[in-house]
This record gives sequence, structure tokens and C-alpha cells, in this order.
Amino acid sequence: MSMTGVLRPGHVQIRVLDMDESVKFYTDVMGLKPMGKDAQGRAYFKTRAERDHNSIILRQADRAGMDFFGYKVLDAATLDALEKKLQARGVKTERIAAGELLETGERVRFMIPTGHAIELYADKTAVGSGVGCTNPDMEVLDSPGICPIRLDHALIYGTDLEGSRDLFTDVLGFTLVERALLEDGKTDLGVWLTCSTKAHDIAMVRHGEPDKLHHVSFQLGTWEQVLRAADIMSKNRVSIDMGPTRHGITNGTTIYFFDPSGNRLETFAGGYDHYPDMQPITWTWDEIGAGIFYHDRKLNDAFLSVVT
Amino acid sequence: MPKHYTITIEDTGESYRCVDWRSVLHGMEALGKKGIPVGCRSGGCGVCKVQVLDGSYSQRVMSRAHVSEQDEAGGCVLSCRVTPTSDLRIRVLGTMKKTVCRPATPTGTSPV
Repeated sequence: MSMTGVLRPGHVQIRVLDMDESVKFYTDVMGLKPMGKDAQGRAYFKTRAERDHNSIILRQADRAGMDFFGYKVLDAATLDALEKKLQARGVKTERIAAGELLETGERVRFMIPTGHAIELYADKTAVGSGVGCTNPDMEVLDSPGICPIRLDHALIYGTDLEGSRDLFTDVLGFTLVERALLEDGKTDLGVWLTCSTKAHDIAMVRHGEPDKLHHVSFQLGTWEQVLRAADIMSKNRVSIDMGPTRHGITNGTTIYFFDPSGNRLETFAGGYDHYPDMQPITWTWDEIGAGIFYHDRKLNDAFLSVVT
Repeated sequence: MPKHYTITIEDTGESYRCVDWRSVLHGMEALGKKGIPVGCRSGGCGVCKVQVLDGSYSQRVMSRAHVSEQDEAGGCVLSCRVTPTSDLRIRVLGTMKKTVCRPATPTGTSPV
């Protein structure tokens, strides 16, 4: 794993109940940069610091949730190779034409055993960050909203946790960073996986229904910025689920909150670096509360029950 | 001038005054009252579903995954998306499902 396969989370398509209200929220409160709309009416955004054209795509629908989560891979040859590996594993893949998403190349889409649609792609137009690549200035948070650094990861909920876990580790080259066990001491309640040296590039929790979204997460620079984000949320009457607090798992400082359609988002800072030689961290059932919210040390109902 | 209405939760007998610009759910939370499960507060997750037994209200868009057209016609709505236009009597339908934990090897009791 020297970053030659799956590189990072690249895009997510989120379903929203009211497009105008949602565009206003993701622009003014989240502080994302609007990157246009396509012929279907989907709205595209990126963070100020992200260099590729888009990372967040909103689609108007009659129910909330996530349509798909996409990872950028190194190049077209890597995309082909990963598609073959998926097919060899018995996973049905679908090619989606370049341009179906704005400024995005051909995508390979497949369903994972927890019921979610995952995509891989190699190309998305590099439009550059706000500061550019030559003698860049510091990124000063001088525009409205939270202004996260990047789309960082998602936590998904679904039925066949082992199936999705093994697909990500065996086929896509992810590493197990942390796991939380059920009371039998063997079965995973949840797993946190990385394709890089981040503490997580995806997390998944066992759930009675397939294809559920727990949250989409955005990285912030510091704990101070987590507090600033909470102030912006309260000032804008954003529905906060939990925090600011800290996760035991990944060590990240965090706020869970909801977009105007009830999709949970996270803004977080911190966390540690993981390398593939490291032993995964295990949380036992007795201490899972502290794993989820380190200061409360309680498993709360909303963490387990509120999903879209 | 904002108006205030009395919301009565049939299941618990709890009642509270809700200002007309707040949702039924927000009105409950703002006064530290309990009875309706609190989730996303934005019409998406469905845990705060109630049936309005008496009274009138206005509503905003809510997820069809949790409120069908028949539900809506029968006054079964998400309390985070309705604001009262009269006193309301409601019954709680939503629950915190907690369907997360099903060990592969059952240990006799459900862990949550």
C-alpha cells in the first residue's frame, strides 16, 4: 500500500427533499463552493481546498439518503485492474459513461453486501484549490460558513457487514484500523477501514436494513474550528445530533448534525495516522459507549437508530 | 404576534405549549418535555412520526420512505415537519428501532 490503488474518497451523491433549501445550506452554512448544476438538476459542490471539480452532489428526491459513494483511483489502468478483481470475486460491475457526472471520467459502479452503491473512477477535472499550486497563500477562512478542508469519509449502515468489510479489504486494498465487537466478543458491530494513512476512509456498522447512511464526514483543521463550526450551526439553527465531543474510535473531535433533509453530516478534526503493519484497535461491547463518544461513555439511541 | 397552542401527547398525557413557528417536535424539546423520539429533526429519518388525532397544522416536505400519501391523508406525519395552527392531540407512532445489533451467534439475549 503505497497509494497506488484506491486513493481517497472522491464524491458522494446525497438525496435531498428540497433542492433550493439544500443548496443554500451547503453553500452558506457548510461553506462549500457551488460548482454548477447538470441537465438532471443535480447540484455540485467542492470545498475550497479540494482540487478536483466536485465532491458533493445533491439530487432532489422524495426520500433522504445516499445514492452512491465514490473513490478516486490512481489511473485508468488501476480502474481496469480493480474492475477485473471485482468481477473475479463475483461482483457485478457497471460502467457509467464519462460526463454522466459533471467533469468526471468513466466510473465503475457496484453494489456491496451492505446494500450500498460504491463507485471507482480515475479522472475528474483538476480545477485547483482557491490558492493554486504556485507560491500558494495560506487558506484563510474569510468566506461564510464552516469551510471544511475535504470530504473525508462516510459511515454506512447495512446488513451483511462481513461481506462489505471483506470486499473492501480483500479486493480494494483497504486496511482494518479499528473494530467494535458485539457482546459475543467475536462478531463485528462496526469496522473502520482505510485505503491511505488516514484513520478511516470508510466505516460500516451492522444494521437490520440495507443501504442506510449514518453520516458523510468533512475534515476540519483544528478543535478550535470544530467549536467554530458548532457556533455557525447554532447561529443558523442547524439540527445538532451530538457534540462537540470526541470519538474514542479514531480519536477525532467531532460534531454530528443534520442537513435540511435529515442526512447526518459530521465535521471533525484530528485522528491519528494508520499504517498497514499496525494491529487493529478493538473495542469490546462493554466499552463501546466510550468508543463512540469518549466523554459520555454511553451508547446513545440516536447513534444506533437514526439513519437515512 | 406569534400564537401558542397546546400539544397533548395521548400516550403519556404530557402536554406543552408550542409557539406557532416551531415544529411540534421542536416545541417539545425546547421545554425539556419528552414523549416523541427525537432524530434528525429534518423530515428524513422517520423516528418522530405521530398521528394527529385532533387539530390542524401546516406541514413541510418529509421523506416518502417514512410517510406515504395515505399516511399523510390520515394525519400520520413527522412531528419535526408540522407546525400547529390549533391545539393538537397526538399519538406517537415512531420508535428508535435500534436494529443494529444481531450477533451471528445468538447469545440468548439481544445486546441492545
